[in-house]
Amino acid sequence: MHRRYFVKSGAVALVTMGLSPSFLRRTAFGMELPAAQKGKVLICLFQRGAADALNVVVPFGERDYYQMRPNIAIPSPLRGQGSNAALDLDGFFGLHPSLAPLKPLWDRGLLAPIHAVGSPSTTRSHFDAQDYMESGTPDMKGTTDGWLNRYLAANGTCEQCKVTPFRAVAMTPQTPRILEGSSPAVAMNSLQEFAVRSGGDQTARLEALYRTGSADLIHGTGQEMFEAVKMLRAANPQQYQPENGASYPRSQFGQRLQQIGQLIKSDVGLEIAFADIGGWDTHVNQGSVQGQLAQRLDDLAQSIAALTADLGDRMENVVILTMSEFGRMARQNGNGGTDHGHAGAMFVIGGPVHGKKVYGKWPGLSPEQLYEGRDLALTTDFRTVFAEIATKHLGAKKIDPMFPGFTPAGWLGLLG
Amino acid sequence: MSRVTRVLSFGAFAATAACGGKSPTHVAVAPEYAVAPIGPREQTADQQVNHALSRLTFGPRPGDVEEVRRMGVDRWIAWQLQPDRIDDSSTETFFSNFEAYHTSASDLQRKYPPPAQLLNRLGGDRSKLSRADSARLQESQQGLRRMTTELESGRVARSTLSERQLQEVMTDFWLNHFTVYIQKNPQERYHIAEYENETIRPNALGKFRTLLEAVAKSPAMLIYLDNALSQADSNRPHLVAVLGARGARGGGRPAQQLPGRGGRGGLQLRLGVTPEMARQQLANRRPAGLNENYGRELLELHTLGVDGGYTQQDVINVARALTGWTVEPPQRGGGGFYFAPAMHDAGEKVVLGQTLKAGRGIEDGEQVLDIVSRHPSTARYISFKLARRFVSDVPPEVLVERAAETFRRTDGDIREVVRTIITSPEFFSRSAYKSKVKSPFEVVVSAMRALGAQPDATPRAAQIVASLGEPIYGHQSPNGWPETGDQWMNTGAILNRINFGTLVAANRLPGASATNWAGAENLWDAPLDKQVDGVIAAFLSGEASPDTRAILMSGENPFLKTAAARDTTDGAAVKKVVPDLDPMMMVPERRPPAPGQRPPGPGQRPPGAGPLAALGFGRLPELKGLPLLVGLAIGSPEFQRR
Repeated sequence: MHRRYFVKSGAVALVTMGLSPSFLRRTAFGMELPAAQKGKVLICLFQRGAADALNVVVPFGERDYYQMRPNIAIPSPLRGQGSNAALDLDGFFGLHPSLAPLKPLWDRGLLAPIHAVGSPSTTRSHFDAQDYMESGTPDMKGTTDGWLNRYLAANGTCEQCKVTPFRAVAMTPQTPRILEGSSPAVAMNSLQEFAVRSGGDQTARLEALYRTGSADLIHGTGQEMFEAVKMLRAANPQQYQPENGASYPRSQFGQRLQQIGQLIKSDVGLEIAFADIGGWDTHVNQGSVQGQLAQRLDDLAQSIAALTADLGDRMENVVILTMSEFGRMARQNGNGGTDHGHAGAMFVIGGPVHGKKVYGKWPGLSPEQLYEGRDLALTTDFRTVFAEIATKHLGAKKIDPMFPGFTPAGWLGLLG
Repeated sequence: MSRVTRVLSFGAFAATAACGGKSPTHVAVAPEYAVAPIGPREQTADQQVNHALSRLTFGPRPGDVEEVRRMGVDRWIAWQLQPDRIDDSSTETFFSNFEAYHTSASDLQRKYPPPAQLLNRLGGDRSKLSRADSARLQESQQGLRRMTTELESGRVARSTLSERQLQEVMTDFWLNHFTVYIQKNPQERYHIAEYENETIRPNALGKFRTLLEAVAKSPAMLIYLDNALSQADSNRPHLVAVLGARGARGGGRPAQQLPGRGGRGGLQLRLGVTPEMARQQLANRRPAGLNENYGRELLELHTLGVDGGYTQQDVINVARALTGWTVEPPQRGGGGFYFAPAMHDAGEKVVLGQTLKAGRGIEDGEQVLDIVSRHPSTARYISFKLARRFVSDVPPEVLVERAAETFRRTDGDIREVVRTIITSPEFFSRSAYKSKVKSPFEVVVSAMRALGAQPDATPRAAQIVASLGEPIYGHQSPNGWPETGDQWMNTGAILNRINFGTLVAANRLPGASATNWAGAENLWDAPLDKQVDGVIAAFLSGEASPDTRAILMSGENPFLKTAAARDTTDGAAVKKVVPDLDPMMMVPERRPPAPGQRPPGPGQRPPGAGPLAALGFGRLPELKGLPLLVGLAIGSPEFQRR
């Protein structure tokens, strides 16, 4: 209802003003016509710096885990309780106690952790590994676009869907690698900042400069921008205050998730949202149930919990996916921290998710089971997870455009 | 020689230069310039001047158009092609107190070690540091921040100030072609100044082979693309083992063998390296074995191009040939290029059909650079990229071929390849005119130059470039920033550029003033049509569509009346002065921080303002008069082109 109203007030109003929405004409510039897929939303959250998966989704059932991490291990729920121990999930795995805000999602079957998942590349460079996770092509440096953008490009139109410049939005200063490519994506620091910062008739004159003159790429993109700005102003996402008692942390990450929530509620056609959170490179003094890692997890969990609460029933159409470039060494290092490792963990959260189960084959932590004798081994290629979500949640028709040459061994069964 | 060239007599040139009233350095140009190009030019004489300035510089400063006209376009191009003969001492003076430019990488690293590493050395726990250690840590962090600011804002400053504009454009081109990422790891940033100032700029118009080797041996590239870590796979003969068996070349000192991890190759012991250090070095060097990263990008991005006709086996063999090209470890007092025989794969390799004999050392890599720099695909690929940079996003095939022919004929003389391109009829064609979209860096620097700005050394200029989408030394992947307009144009980018115009108009670009630029003094209280013409001349090469002009004309100059009134009261001979009016003063508004002053902290931001507010954006005044026209011009579609 709201959406129908919006299309009218947006596009039609512009036409009556003698201005036609130029993104309808984008094809004239050889671009894909963007369109949202029936209200499904995917929110990708990147933990930059390589999160220590073994202390996030804790294998408290492994004796080796405690041997290798004498000072930083998260105590077993059988030995401690409350905020001093892992939160038991299935008798073998537990969540770091800072993830307590996510535990209700697990209990309601909306949270699915995946363990021993990541990139098949052997790199332990943050830079390379982030690059591969975002390009979707491990060990291939030449890929210029990101897999989410390739998803957008390959799944361009649906007739009954609304045309929107806000199909893909990154709440980041620059377009992230994962959204780089031929399909339009908007990157913004904040909703407030997505506005023409000028007063008086300056804005009108600037817009007029882009509405006259030649019909080239610059003019076309400029017109599209002015319409997007108007569309956002008309939708006024900031009118949506957190609902259902949701309380977002005041952190940058928390505020960005709140704004993603506002975009979803304002029905501007958001399909792909992206945000990232740093501070996971815990080489020194990472702490155990408290400390550096715990603080990062507090922010992550409280922000995600607030978003899911805020969106309420809308979570039926929303999937949240967390990722980090790789995991960290199984053994703690000499500085009470962990060095770069291999496989990691992800969370998949949302209404369509078959939760309350830890996914992924567990490779074990005994010395001969470790990758190169030191890291959690990889049993699930991250592309399998991405492809499953894109296919089953967003309705992607083919996997190859997103992940060239990759065929998943089979679905994990995360989604319907 | 296929080109028809005319050699200018020294006398004629000196006379022209003298008329121009330029400094003596301008006269000291050599007489042997070839100044007349081939073929007819579609652009008018004025267009040629605008075009040359928009492509071979970061945009005209006040007075530049007149100077090029005086000199003649061709003579000016020839002059810019010889940067060593252009006096640029005032630019050097600006950088005289930039520590990063005058300190070696190893000294920088010693002085300001990576904070995590230093903290580790100081015990690892921030809360338990002594006051002195805490101060040391803070000093290191501040030093690193200052160094990073110098590296990033220094690029904006030099591109704005330098008289050697073509050299700076070429430096920008090569820094992007051979891109490195300042955040690759904690070591990378120490090597950036050296990379820019010693590896790239002096070779920007030199021989491609020399440039390529300088890059291949630069710590910045060796670290960025991991060649510093690459070593012979365990199943390959290591050079040290080979030398050990045959007696080492030169010294003949037999190499001591150390067991590597998992039976991998040994490490040659050198004086001053204890076995423990050596073992540690081996252990740190993980993942052990060949790293193809640089080898692949050398072929794909730096020389032949992705379709240049090489195979995966060539990639592997190039990487093998380059094993041992690494960076001297800091504990040896180094930090520069170093060939480590212990890491080198001494087996035979075939690269692009040529056999590299077994048992050799650094010569393997050098021969690879010979092979790839002289490969016909490289001549084509580099020529294509240069033509795309200078002429158009889709450069004419015939021009690329002609430039590639120059590349082959001159053994990769970049100056001559560039000369072929920028004196060509295709360069001066109508279709090339204003056909390129400026990169964010070009947007900022061209605005600064149009305003005759004196950049400062605060981080703000670099932050603004980053907020427009092109953080300096901030491109993660090795393919560099886009060189074509379609990739720079998206809704967010246009929005940022429009807001940037307003930011400049509100005097928030450090060193630049929208009220006091050269030329503004005659416009401040002029009638609107004079103002509009002045702004179009300064920012839009004197050309604007009738629509654009009409839109700029649609306001009025609110200061016209006051100025006129003053003129009458003060009598006839009123000296025109630029009123000391800051646009900030027109509407109650916080003044921007003075250069060097900290930008407003988060607490001072107006509610809801984002990071641009931290740059001094904040709430903006309502612009009027000349600054408003400046803001509109910089935000206009025309200003986004060059």
